[in-house]
Amino acid sequence: MNHINEDDLHAYADGLLPADRRAEVEAWLAAHPEDAARVQSWIAQNRALHAAFDEVLNEPLPLELVRAASRQQTKPMRWYRAAAAVFVVAGAGLAGYGIGLYNAGGPAQYATLPQAAAIAHAVYSPEQRHPVEVDAQHADHLVAWLSKRLGHKLHAPDFKAQGFDLLGGRLLPGETGPVAQFMYEDKLNRRITLYVRRDETKQAETSFRHAREDGVEVFYWVDRGLGYALSGNVDPAEMGRLADAAYRQISP
Amino acid sequence: MSQTELIQHIPRLRRYARALVRDAARADDLVQDTLERALAKLDLWRPESDLRAWLFTLMHNLFVNQMRSSNSHAMCELDEANDVPVSGGQMEALVVRDIHAALAKLPPEQREVMLLVGLEQFAYADAARILGVPPGTVMSRLSRARERMRQMLEGQQVTKLQVVK
Repeated sequence: MNHINEDDLHAYADGLLPADRRAEVEAWLAAHPEDAARVQSWIAQNRALHAAFDEVLNEPLPLELVRAASRQQTKPMRWYRAAAAVFVVAGAGLAGYGIGLYNAGGPAQYATLPQAAAIAHAVYSPEQRHPVEVDAQHADHLVAWLSKRLGHKLHAPDFKAQGFDLLGGRLLPGETGPVAQFMYEDKLNRRITLYVRRDETKQAETSFRHAREDGVEVFYWVDRGLGYALSGNVDPAEMGRLADAAYRQISP
Repeated sequence: MSQTELIQHIPRLRRYARALVRDAARADDLVQDTLERALAKLDLWRPESDLRAWLFTLMHNLFVNQMRSSNSHAMCELDEANDVPVSGGQMEALVVRDIHAALAKLPPEQREVMLLVGLEQFAYADAARILGVPPGTVMSRLSRARERMRQMLEGQQVTKLQVVK
């Protein structure tokens, strides 16, 4: 057996050793009860740290911090221009929906939709313990509740055929009022979110657009007074198919 | 780097800051300073490098400056902060309070290593880069921190047993 040093014991406690070295450390610990007791204590310390502080991960983010992360520092209008620059026309899979070209003079509210949706996706989709406020077991209640808060009848699309199950949803604050977010997950634990808010801009309906906001793919459109944005860290072609499925169900 | 990327890192920065300085408001101030510093120094960040490690580096530097400028005051505050967060059963609360108190008694440089490795699960080499010290220093601080924690936590258990008798 190779000599086991102090660093190996720590690496063992932290789960950082390859399997063969781990086995050697275990053999050493079996023969050295004092070291075994120390290592056990260190493992318990790591667990205690998680027990004490993991709660913080599930707290809602303070608005000041989100603002601090979004502040336009060096160049004024940076985010607005960045958002304008990434709008591209959706691909061939979406033909037939009167695909709209981005219009630089378009209403500001519409321009913020993919960005707001991408941020909401980034904030809530990594959540392990509380990804949603109301889970999919209470889907009827969820849809009724969010419909009531938005003052508009909503529909949570079904993505089972695409391999994504509804996890649930939550109510979010938006610039212009309440926003509904539905979250879905597939077998690979990939998550997509559908962000729905009222849209008072009287946009031409069914114009389907795609944006990439910091690695989050967003497909968005406006239909009958609601703005929809489907977000995910998923390949754009697949996101396009999902958005297509959502669109067909919501606006048949 | 961009807005959503930065926002994705806020929960973990908050967790680390909360464990590092105890007081929730001060911890969030530290996170806010870190985010502002990150945006101000955007040009220094290399896109191919690990954003999370870079943010923790910025937070470490801010924390060190804070400790330096208000040294005795900050330490005193840390030692006196003994409020118990409400959670779970009594046993759990006891362990949580113990770990809070024990952490507060560690010297800041040991507390940082303890948290970067044990809570944030950085590799030893990343922790060394974040703290700007050689890997050997990380290991020796980790070793001292863990032994000190062990003595504190086991010492407390001994005291409690004596009380029960």
